[in-house]
Amino acid sequence: MLLEMFQTLPQVLIDGLTLGAVYAVVALGYTMVYGILQLINFAHGEIFMTGAFIGTALFIMIMGWGSAIPQILLLIIVLVITASITGFIGVGMERIAYRPLRNAPRLIPLITAIGISFVLQDVIRFIAELTSGNYIVTGPSLFSENINLKTSAISSVFNDASFKTSFLIVLTVAILLMITLDFFVNRTKWGTAMRAVALDRETAALMSINVNKVISITFFIGSALGGATGVLFALQYGTIDPYIGFILGLKAFIAAVLGGIGNIRGAMLGGIMLGVMEMFAAANLSLLTGGIFGAEYKDVFAFAILILVLIFKPEGLLGKPTAEKV
Amino acid sequence: MMPMLEVKNIETYYGAVQALRGISFDVNEGEIVTLIGSNGAGKSTTLKSISGLAKVKTGSIFYKDKEISNRPPHETTLLGIAHVPEGRRIFGNLTVKENLLMGAFSVKGKQVIEERMEFVFGHFPRLKERLSQKGGTMSGGEQQMLAIGRALMMNPDVLMLDEPSMGLAPIIVEQIFEIILQLNKMGITILLVEQNAYQALSIAHRGYVIQNGSIVLSGKGTELIENDEIKEAYLA
Repeated sequence: MLLEMFQTLPQVLIDGLTLGAVYAVVALGYTMVYGILQLINFAHGEIFMTGAFIGTALFIMIMGWGSAIPQILLLIIVLVITASITGFIGVGMERIAYRPLRNAPRLIPLITAIGISFVLQDVIRFIAELTSGNYIVTGPSLFSENINLKTSAISSVFNDASFKTSFLIVLTVAILLMITLDFFVNRTKWGTAMRAVALDRETAALMSINVNKVISITFFIGSALGGATGVLFALQYGTIDPYIGFILGLKAFIAAVLGGIGNIRGAMLGGIMLGVMEMFAAANLSLLTGGIFGAEYKDVFAFAILILVLIFKPEGLLGKPTAEKV
Repeated sequence: MMPMLEVKNIETYYGAVQALRGISFDVNEGEIVTLIGSNGAGKSTTLKSISGLAKVKTGSIFYKDKEISNRPPHETTLLGIAHVPEGRRIFGNLTVKENLLMGAFSVKGKQVIEERMEFVFGHFPRLKERLSQKGGTMSGGEQQMLAIGRALMMNPDVLMLDEPSMGLAPIIVEQIFEIILQLNKMGITILLVEQNAYQALSIAHRGYVIQNGSIVLSGKGTELIENDEIKEAYLA
């Protein structure tokens, strides 16, 4: 049994890292907003979904004009446009739906967030059906060459792993996004201001920091990252529908909690871990349980991890335990 | 001469609770003015009303002949009013350097920021030794120094200090008050809120006594120290 697990390990790691990178970037959106407003923005999964649709539409549109553009350039253009649009959607969402509720009890903006999820789902569904006649959309196939990794050459224990080029693209872009964000938050003036606002909004305002502007920037970045990840998702899986944001959003939220919600590096770690564990479960669950649970139980596995973390380390892997303020 | 800062009959509420019931006072350029009074009298609320952290319902606040009531705090600080809040409110997870840089958030130019940082180190050499330490891991006295240093990074005309002596050992309080005096001699106008009435009055040019959201007494610092009512209520 152990041998079989080892054999699939290279493939599990590659698939898991890619999925985990997607979780991680989406988790950043949850954790940044939570860090600054203590709000769980459940509509963030729908921002991701919106990004997937905008990206797919752009791919179809630009490729319709002529296929002379190199794939990599096409991807960069689509990522930038989509991220900008979803970024502004995020800013608008905060301005219209959350800011008026800034001083309301915390449950109220949470319900509002769920409401925005429905609005986004239905608006996207409406537009998709209007333009293509179906709300399930399949994008063009890009970066679809297969790469074979001869992992068996490293050790005969491993099987070879194979994946599409798009996996590599997803992983690379996601990691670049994370590095950039980490640099922004830890090394730049506005990033430091963001951390200051997250720690103490009033005092940050006394430092001449425009708190509303910092909050808008936070939503912009979180939503732009979410939208960009949506594009990556569409690229990798091809077919999307308006409801993909729900389960992926939940998983990313789990990743954020796993790493310690409010902690940016925690979200990255949590996302990667969750992705790898989930893929491991998908590959090995039936093996481990003698066929009782199959790969379809991988989601149960993800939620079981959430429950375990909440029981034994509620502050998350990198989170700090906080005393309840009196 | 017009006062630099003039507060006219302000009333401030927290929800339905009235915290200030018509407070009026003024601060002239170059003065040290102190507001003293017991816990909950409205001293901190007065400072918050000036900096914009609390909304004023009626009355007005003038600074350099401009009405500034209910401006958001990030704008009042730009005008030259720095507010060092009660309890120091250091950004605990940020390093000392980052805390100071936040004080200089609106300052343009690396050169200027460096100079101001040197100026702050001149008064608080301890901060220089701890630049990369997290603000929250320092002692109370060091945090107070950082809070004042952070405010000085704005190069303020008026420095509002809310209970700088709170929770500090007497020898540290002595140091802090000495620095406040020095800063005043360099031309910074000081508005000082204190429960430690004796110490505050002894360095202040003038003082106001706040009780239940109203000013009940005012006068020169040296006079108020001698006042029998004050002796009984705050200096005992």
